[in-house]
Amino acid sequence: MSTRHSRSAARLMMAPAVVLLLGWMLVPLTMTIYFSFKRYLPLRGGDLGWIGWENYVRFVTSSAFWPAIQTTLVLVGGVLLITIVVGVLLSVLLDQPMWGQGVVRILVIAPFFVMPTVSALVWKNMFMDPVNGLLAHLWKFFGAQPVEWLSDVPVFSLVLIVSWQWLPFATLILLTAIQSLDSEQLEAAEMDGASPLSRFFYITLPHLSRAITIVILIQTIFLLSIFAEIFVTTQGSFGTRTLTYLIYQRVLESQNVGLGSAGGVYAIILANIVAIFLMRIVGKNLDA
Amino acid sequence: MARAVTTQRKVTNTVIAWGVGLLIFFPILWTILTSFKTEAQAISDPPLFLFFDWTLENYAIVQERSDYMRFLWNSVIIAGGSTVLGLVVAVPAAWSMAFVPSRRTKDVLLWMLSTKMLPAVGVLYPIYLIFIRLGLLDTRGGLVIVIMLINLPIIVWMLYTYFREIPGEILEAARMDGAGLREEILYVLTPMAVPGIASTLLLNFILAWNEAFWTLNLTAATSAPLTAFIASYSSPEGLFYAKLSAASTMAIAPILVLGWFSQKQLVRGLTFGAVK
Repeated sequence: MSTRHSRSAARLMMAPAVVLLLGWMLVPLTMTIYFSFKRYLPLRGGDLGWIGWENYVRFVTSSAFWPAIQTTLVLVGGVLLITIVVGVLLSVLLDQPMWGQGVVRILVIAPFFVMPTVSALVWKNMFMDPVNGLLAHLWKFFGAQPVEWLSDVPVFSLVLIVSWQWLPFATLILLTAIQSLDSEQLEAAEMDGASPLSRFFYITLPHLSRAITIVILIQTIFLLSIFAEIFVTTQGSFGTRTLTYLIYQRVLESQNVGLGSAGGVYAIILANIVAIFLMRIVGKNLDA
Repeated sequence: MARAVTTQRKVTNTVIAWGVGLLIFFPILWTILTSFKTEAQAISDPPLFLFFDWTLENYAIVQERSDYMRFLWNSVIIAGGSTVLGLVVAVPAAWSMAFVPSRRTKDVLLWMLSTKMLPAVGVLYPIYLIFIRLGLLDTRGGLVIVIMLINLPIIVWMLYTYFREIPGEILEAARMDGAGLREEILYVLTPMAVPGIASTLLLNFILAWNEAFWTLNLTAATSAPLTAFIASYSSPEGLFYAKLSAASTMAIAPILVLGWFSQKQLVRGLTFGAVK
């Protein structure tokens, strides 16, 4: 049993982490909320007083808002769709008996370790460049007109780049989940004459549902704040401005801190809606 | 019970899996190959795969022109410093939550996790302002602190899940033998916790190395790490493929090696113990 002495020692040991995170959460959050109710233009007069909810109204009624929401949804949705579908297929494939499984696993996981600025620039220049890019060479080889990826289909191109980065994460988690599947269950189904396809849909996929939910939630939180990939490829032009990038532009590029902060509050609320679902699953797991 | 697998099926699996694996790995492989080409060979059509004049000149030029070592050093300091500092703060916290749990432990853990969900862009200006006021803008120290804070929840969580696997009976036995809190931590707990702490250190070093929101927004010339260095190739230098590739290869090589060791911890660290 823990004594009173060890309990107060335990509280003392937790204090630094709790105090730091509390400060990290409360101080900037309070400042963001404070700025969001002000007309605050650091380069054009500074703090120009309280304006109530005006920033919140202006942020959602500006012509850039709905396109940014649409881009965000397409980006997050597209990446989720690709990484989950391909990730499930890949994890089933990697679970099969084969030679060199360990090496293949490393090849598949590798993109996760590439820093975002590198993967975005390598894709942008060496693959998607309409003149010298590898995809342009490939298109020309088949006699097709090379695509100007980042200006003709910019959001799709970003979805491709980001999916490449996140596919390893989805695959690795789904593979871990698939390996915990009782193989006797599959064997029994096989002996009862179930086809590979029905074994997949009635046994494997339901077994993966929890892992899929977790991948969706965690990826959504990270994908909502995608920044570097847009920063080094299109800088938000050609309709690739997401909510995150729009807020960044309002705050640092046009230095309209009040307006940007109102946007920031929207982004925080959005992320928290997703987070609540994730926390429920994680919390349930803690009790087990 | 192992299922009998026909050799033919195994061959098919192997071929498909290697094909897919190489396809996914190809952009990295292509970058590494291109870094050893001349600029003319790098854009040649048809593309050259292995039969070109291998050269190291791009690496020399990148180092000479942009002082690569300085960015590398910044990355090492920022990623290493934030990870070590994070561990110093997180080990006691995770230890106390794992071994002296209270009714509120679960709530504290979930609350810590929730701070990780705060979108960085939502607090960009306040942090920016605080950095200017405290003279931290474009300093390595400032980034060490910020990156330590954004990874702290993950560090605490990972350590907590590892510490929970250490049987509590061992600690009780040590206490019965008269070990104080200090001896308990130093001689009983530490040796058993080292593998977990090492895995946590590894994964968080990787995450800190690749962090690309705060490093891009809070640094300029003096404290920029490799993420920002590569971003400076955005244009027009990015059109020099061989040099871009050499710079990229140097930026990702250390982490690819570390990542190879950390594949197992990745799942635990990034799903907060929800998938095992």
